[in-house]
Amino acid sequence: MGRGGRPGHCPGGAGMTSRTLVVVGNGMVGQRLVEVLRARDGDRTWRIVVVGEEPRAAYDRVAMSSYVDGRTAAELSLVPQGFYDDDPDLSLALGEVVVGVDRAARTVRTDAGRVLRYDALVLATGSRPFVPPVPGHDLPGCFVYRTLDDLDAIRARAATARIGAVVGGGLLGLEAANALRNLGLTTHVVEAAQRLMPVQVDDGGGHALLRRVSALGIDVRVGTLTEALLPGEHGHVARMAFAGGAALDVDLVVFSAGVRPRDDLARSCGLPVGDRGGVVVDESCRTEDRDIYALGECASAGGRVYGLVGPGYAMAEVVADRLLGGSSTFTGADLSTTLKLLGVEVASFGDAHAATPGALELVWTDQVAGVYKKLVVTDDASVLLGGVFVGDASAYPVARALLDRPIGGPPESLILPAADGADRPALPADAQVCSCHAVTSAEVSVAIAERGCTDVAALKACTKAGTGCGSCVPMLARLLRDAGVATSRALCEHFDSTRAELFEIVRVTGIRTFSELVAARGRGRGCDICKPAVASILASLGSGHILDGEQAALQDTNDHHLANIQRDGTYSVIPRIPGGEVTPEKLIVIGSVARDFGLYVKITGGQRIDLLGARVEQLPAIWRRLVDAGFESGHAYGKALRTVKSCVGSTWCRYGVQDSVGMAIALELRYRGLRAPHKIKAGVSGCARECAEARGKDFGIIATENGWNLYLGGNGGFKPRHAELFATDLDGDSLVRLIDRFLMFYVRTADRL
Amino acid sequence: MEMTLVGPAVERQPRTLQWWTTICGYADLVPERGVAALVRGRHQVAVFRLADGRVHCVDNRDPYSGANVLSRGIIGTRGDRPTVASPMFKQVFDLATGAALDDLSVRITVHQVRLRDGLVEICL
Repeated sequence: MGRGGRPGHCPGGAGMTSRTLVVVGNGMVGQRLVEVLRARDGDRTWRIVVVGEEPRAAYDRVAMSSYVDGRTAAELSLVPQGFYDDDPDLSLALGEVVVGVDRAARTVRTDAGRVLRYDALVLATGSRPFVPPVPGHDLPGCFVYRTLDDLDAIRARAATARIGAVVGGGLLGLEAANALRNLGLTTHVVEAAQRLMPVQVDDGGGHALLRRVSALGIDVRVGTLTEALLPGEHGHVARMAFAGGAALDVDLVVFSAGVRPRDDLARSCGLPVGDRGGVVVDESCRTEDRDIYALGECASAGGRVYGLVGPGYAMAEVVADRLLGGSSTFTGADLSTTLKLLGVEVASFGDAHAATPGALELVWTDQVAGVYKKLVVTDDASVLLGGVFVGDASAYPVARALLDRPIGGPPESLILPAADGADRPALPADAQVCSCHAVTSAEVSVAIAERGCTDVAALKACTKAGTGCGSCVPMLARLLRDAGVATSRALCEHFDSTRAELFEIVRVTGIRTFSELVAARGRGRGCDICKPAVASILASLGSGHILDGEQAALQDTNDHHLANIQRDGTYSVIPRIPGGEVTPEKLIVIGSVARDFGLYVKITGGQRIDLLGARVEQLPAIWRRLVDAGFESGHAYGKALRTVKSCVGSTWCRYGVQDSVGMAIALELRYRGLRAPHKIKAGVSGCARECAEARGKDFGIIATENGWNLYLGGNGGFKPRHAELFATDLDGDSLVRLIDRFLMFYVRTADRL
Repeated sequence: MEMTLVGPAVERQPRTLQWWTTICGYADLVPERGVAALVRGRHQVAVFRLADGRVHCVDNRDPYSGANVLSRGIIGTRGDRPTVASPMFKQVFDLATGAALDDLSVRITVHQVRLRDGLVEICL
């Protein structure tokens, strides 16, 4: 993507740039350094030459696993558009390795034969995966899990593999296992230590994590040392032999047994390295050589190598500042992390292993719910030193903010389930609630107390908290509750009950009209929130045609006209096309209706045809012709089932393993017209390639050789989310039984959106 | 759902330039369901019969979207005020005063309504 520095008009006509900085490595931290320096070096005192080993420019390695789920390399890229192209003092060379440093001449040599002179050199070479030197570790079918190229290779091999094993049960190993599982492989994790994520999590947490991961269908073997990998008849890895005689048949092995800092360039030019590797640097991230810096995973700062991206970014800021004559220092960084892995929340912060002398531990273990929470406190239980959460990390924001500070309340209240009225320790005023916008708890309290914010939306508008990643929104709601502002879940001013409660009231009392319900359980004559909600409840409980009698007055205009109101008051008409399958005759009818009424025609995302521009008085005639041709409303507007998308499946596709179209049509006809708290979308894919994008749907079905896998809880839209595997290898009947119950549960218990 | 075209029966008010126009029969109005009427070929209005029998009439044009759709809005109350919610972006208007209840800078025109011999008439 990048090209060597090219001559061109020098912006602002500034004089020749005096000094040259060579950056070895274009990973996340190397890229951050270049961006920060370029942003602050207004008068261009540095010309920057970046040499990256990988064929791709910097990308988000933390989110790399999403690459297997379909995110493209472009989406993962960290390089702003045209960053390297539009700047003559900035050049990036990719797929080129720096092989030697001549400190005396202040030059570096690359494998492409280039010799680059530097006034300052930054080593940002990161780390390399550690591959245990067991026999057969280099057999075809063995991989590491570090770069997008690794993932491409793994995905290619996975297409024809059935069983995958990951050596290493740490953070990266579990991510690799999740990737293999998503690729449809039977997955094993082999960890030498006695627990998973041994670095971040303690024994108790490790066991909770092991149970949760095993429950996802991943076979976990802790305390298991891989002794050898044996080839099958055509030379690929086929078997793993463990110490003690156990063995396992595999088609694919991924090594993620830790990393080692890549400090070989520093060693080759005589720079000192730490005893566990990593170029030794001081507080200014300088190596022993004044002109050479090192940062990120390849550096050893204060005797420690920081594997997280947070400390790496902090070091990049320090080096940029130093290059511009500043004096900032890097004095180490806190290794607290919270993450969601395989759907399991994990958090580790401060002194997680209670290494502080005299430290005491408070532990809450709930093996039923698969939750483990541990706090490490000082011997007088007054100051929080650290902790581990597995299964439920909701207390992490407060705990992280209280680190090394007085708890100001019974410490156990932090981790025990909040009994009503339990006095939870208040958050210190200057504790940061929202890190995206650096909003402290004090600012939120002021917004509540003095600026009249009574709900989360008001807080967002007032303080901008929660408008970034949104992970602090639960904390905002809690601060509102703690301030005595009840965020009620009443449906609206007319009903104090929630939607779910109203559903039960209608079901139990048998009330079938709005007037009766509002008289019995509400007040006033309703509004645009409760009337459609009650209409939906009545429809779900079978109360005759939705336009019968009083129900008509409850319906939104779309439900009246079986069409979707557009900005000019005209309507969009979308006939139902179950599973996306249609006949030539029906296509001709749609075409003639569109032509005769002068409608704008567009193919929809739900594999249907949208006719726009119909005026309200034309709708009866339009629907008369469509209904006569066998169509009905596709509910493209309703809080109801929309479509069940499908790929062509085994009837036509050479890769199809089941008839996805047939299943999609059957499901759409079964659930059509079902009204719900919000729209419902579904998809059926005929094989693991998932062309119907079923995992972006509320319920998604993917075919397997022996049936169907059911995924639930997917979403496109504002917060895309992949549906999670719920049940595997189902036959048609059990698939429908499960979906029935999932939909019934949703319709009965969900809140209004 | 036909757009109601107003007939020629017009009763003249001497002093003001407005005069009463018959829209439709009271029995034709479904409680809490609006209808749209084109008066003298120029004015689009929305007429609503409430659950308690009262009838309100406002302009059919939604000021926020500029579309003539208020007659298709959902009828209800806000406190004791009778309301209609625009079907477009769901702003709520007081049917008695025409005020947009969440944005006091906006107001829609309210027209007087009267019932004569079972017919709904508005003054426009």
